[in-house]
Amino acid sequence: MNPMFELFKSGWRDIFAALKGYKLAGVFGWQDIRQRYRRSSFGPFWLTISMGVLIGALGLIFGNLFATPMKEFLPFLTIGLILWTLISTALNESCTGFTTADAMIKQISLPLFTHILRVLWRNLIIFAHNLIIFPLVLLVFWVPLPAMALLAIVGLVLLMLNLSWMALLLGVFCTRYRDVPQIIANLLQVSFYLTPIIWMPQLLPKRASILLLNANPFFHLIEIVRAPLLGSLPTALNWQVSIVLAMAGWVFTILFYGRFRSRLAYWL
Amino acid sequence: MTHILLNNVSVDFPIYNTTGRSLKNQLMQAATGGRMGSNEQGHVVVRALQNICLELKEGDRLGVIGPNGAGKSTLLRVISGVYEPTGGSVEVQGKVTTLIDLSLGMDSEATGIENIFLRGALLGFNRTWLSAKVKEIVDFAGLGNFIEMPLRTYSTGMQMRLAFSIATLQQPEILVMDEWLTVGDADFQEKAQQQLKEIVQKSSILVIATHSPQLVQQVCNRMIRLERGALITA
Repeated sequence: MNPMFELFKSGWRDIFAALKGYKLAGVFGWQDIRQRYRRSSFGPFWLTISMGVLIGALGLIFGNLFATPMKEFLPFLTIGLILWTLISTALNESCTGFTTADAMIKQISLPLFTHILRVLWRNLIIFAHNLIIFPLVLLVFWVPLPAMALLAIVGLVLLMLNLSWMALLLGVFCTRYRDVPQIIANLLQVSFYLTPIIWMPQLLPKRASILLLNANPFFHLIEIVRAPLLGSLPTALNWQVSIVLAMAGWVFTILFYGRFRSRLAYWL
Repeated sequence: MTHILLNNVSVDFPIYNTTGRSLKNQLMQAATGGRMGSNEQGHVVVRALQNICLELKEGDRLGVIGPNGAGKSTLLRVISGVYEPTGGSVEVQGKVTTLIDLSLGMDSEATGIENIFLRGALLGFNRTWLSAKVKEIVDFAGLGNFIEMPLRTYSTGMQMRLAFSIATLQQPEILVMDEWLTVGDADFQEKAQQQLKEIVQKSSILVIATHSPQLVQQVCNRMIRLERGALITA
């Protein structure tokens, strides 16, 4: 039997079992949220409120700085920031996805991808809370939601597919090398400024944009959700990069996971 | 048919934060714990289990004894599927249930009811099935109205009573335990012991690690002794 195929099978077996038992990840993902906000009257809406304040402040500063009309800039900033929060917290937290679940991993034999699913689910719930700000901003500026906004759902699914392989890969890697979470946090911080979230891509001089935008996977992943919500179609390149990244990323991650999954418990 | 087969199982733990040969040499002189050595990459390795061969069939009640650090818990974890052995192979037929850390997954801020569902989810119970059992659990644990209160308001004994009542709800096929459980005050203990004995009796295979020879005599029909990761007597 082809050894590559064996690795793929062993990685896929665990992932498939975790997906089949998705309810467990769901229960504990919700539990994480409840635990964080128990005894607070606004609960997870505190995140929504602080996100709203942040968007207001950044919008005021950068909108004026770049002299962009608020009607155009604020919806752009809002959805970009909400998406970036999803990406960066999911990836940052996935670094400790296995290490914080060590008591569970050492006690019961569960499909280990469950612990990553839990991180993803928890962040998706927070994302849903933050998302409330977007229609409010549209309402304030009296901007209608375009019909093509529905396409953003497809974009979000594709984004999550990409986030999940990244999260799994990071989770495994960070369990073995405990310095990596710091490096990832730093890289994500830098990516935040390199990705058009608080600045609009059309502000870039033509030549810089090719390098800064097209070589940045996060740009494409954000664009496939953001563009339809703001009334323009993502470019063919946005889709191509996102799809190829999801496929290549998953194949690599399943192989990698198949190789190292059984070592995870030993690394904790 | 439940069945457990360990064929020449070894478990090596890599220790990444101790390096240096002198330290390693010192460690190798230690009298307890697994055997230390190094692997091909030069990492310090603790060999927790060494070439264990063991076969368990339906009806077997195995007592695992041995000093601290002999590899008893590691053996339990290999059987329950937490550690895939670094050498040899393990075959387990049947669902393994561990009664080790009863309160794993419970949340002190959540109410008793919420904890029933949290803990139940972790044990793999179906939510609808569990809803039907809530009353039974609460009655058995004897918590009354306290079940609506956050777990942190419970005494340690009460928390354990709840954890015990959830954990022993289902009849396990293969039961893995680290020492016998004693939970709660005198009244509850009697009830709990009865429940536990019943579960143990009905389970198809029992593996229990213990320091008590009396316990082995009472509940086991087989015994193995581990010393520094190796099987001494089968």
